[in-house]
Amino acid sequence: MRKPLFLLALTLLLSGCGYNTLQSRDEQIKAAWSEVLNQYQRRADLVPNLVNTVKGFAAQEKQVLTQVTNARARVGSIQATPALLENQQAFAKLLRAQSQLTSALSRLMVVSERYPRLRSSSLFRDLQAQLEGTENRITVARNRYIQAVQDYNVTVRSFPTNLTAMLFGFHTKPNFTVENEAAMSRPPTVDFSSPSISPAQ
Amino acid sequence: MMHKVLVSAPCWALTLCLLLIAGAALALAPVPPLKARVTDLTGTLTARQKASIERELKAFEARKGSQIAVLIVPTTRPEAIEQYSIRVVDKWKLGRKNVDDGALLLIAKNDRALRIEVGYGLEGALPDAIANRIIDEIITPRFKRGNFYGGIQAGVQTMMKVIQREPLPKPIRHAQENGGSPAFTLPSIIFFAFIVGQLFRGFIGSLPTALGMAAVSAGMAWLLLGTFLGGLLCGLVVLVILLFGGPYINGSFGRGGYYSRGGYWGGGMGGFGTSGSLSGGGFSGGGGGFGGGGASGRW
Repeated sequence: MRKPLFLLALTLLLSGCGYNTLQSRDEQIKAAWSEVLNQYQRRADLVPNLVNTVKGFAAQEKQVLTQVTNARARVGSIQATPALLENQQAFAKLLRAQSQLTSALSRLMVVSERYPRLRSSSLFRDLQAQLEGTENRITVARNRYIQAVQDYNVTVRSFPTNLTAMLFGFHTKPNFTVENEAAMSRPPTVDFSSPSISPAQ
Repeated sequence: MMHKVLVSAPCWALTLCLLLIAGAALALAPVPPLKARVTDLTGTLTARQKASIERELKAFEARKGSQIAVLIVPTTRPEAIEQYSIRVVDKWKLGRKNVDDGALLLIAKNDRALRIEVGYGLEGALPDAIANRIIDEIITPRFKRGNFYGGIQAGVQTMMKVIQREPLPKPIRHAQENGGSPAFTLPSIIFFAFIVGQLFRGFIGSLPTALGMAAVSAGMAWLLLGTFLGGLLCGLVVLVILLFGGPYINGSFGRGGYYSRGGYWGGGMGGFGTSGSLSGGGFSGGGGGFGGGGASGRW
């Protein structure tokens, strides 16, 4: 008689203090993060095809093509696992690599505007649509991840669930912060060949 | 002086940015409620044209199970069409739950932009490249000539043709799932607790019975409904019935007087009953998920 009562009380207690909520929010973050990685992977898979197609029509754009290939290689060299979430530095490194790929790819797309034959090839148009779709999926996945982390972090920090979180070792998770965002969107070495005009030195 | 300017410039920029963000957050284009498969906020289509597309889409859903909707708005600003579109489908939840076979054709008329938003389950049948071709080769040429009805109809028909080839689960003919609905579950549990309670109270007394049955039914309700609060509420109702309803019910159980206790059932159900009447005519999304797949275009 005692034992079931005790178990029942424990269940009520744990669910009352947010233990279950923490668990489910934690799982949600993992799912959202997997989706982000999934879409990053999808984009990385798209790159070789895209590069080859552009090469066929615009082989002289060596610089841009090399940048894309290098950025793709850097992204590929980072082991993107769900465990990455626990490591702020690795997280930031992955985001930086991905953002470099983003900007390299967008430059490739800008360059490809100059080649009418490339633009009218159906293979390129399909690839471009896939790339756009994937970039959009990445945006959506990132937004959902941000939302999931926000929900989780609020739970971890607010009373009384913060006590439970402390007890069971739940910590706040890294998010796509503004600092990251700024580092990401900084275009790497675009040379306008007039270094003298650098403001506010 | 120079120093002051340098400091204040970022400040101003920041303030401006914040203001812009605040303004944008306030002025997001609203997502209209989902009432029909074709929603036209611009008055572009005539009633007959709308009904015609609506009919085709309805027949398609009956045949294939997949939900397609059309939305025409004046503008999606300040958002890009992709951002607005994902907000719409997140709210509308087109497509069946766990099959995720919904699709949306969104047209922002004054922006001269359109988008096909594809649910997870249709990304194989209607990949981005195909969605892009439907937009480029079928819809926008007609839109450029001002033929909106023709473009929408042809676009939707092509989408249906493409989806038709995808093997999807068979559509279910409105078999309402009653198992998980609170309007059915709660009264059953309370009734069960009541009957069993009547049997037990003779042996172990009124209070232990009431407490025990309350705990049991709370647990059952929690399990079946999946909400802890619902379980707790159910347990409380049972407790009250068995404790205070006891003496009266005891004598009159099985006779006319039992029915006069009906107030308890009504009280227990009142808060939950509303969810049963969701599908009363009109059109609603089935709970499908979207991940941002599809394609956008301009004309």
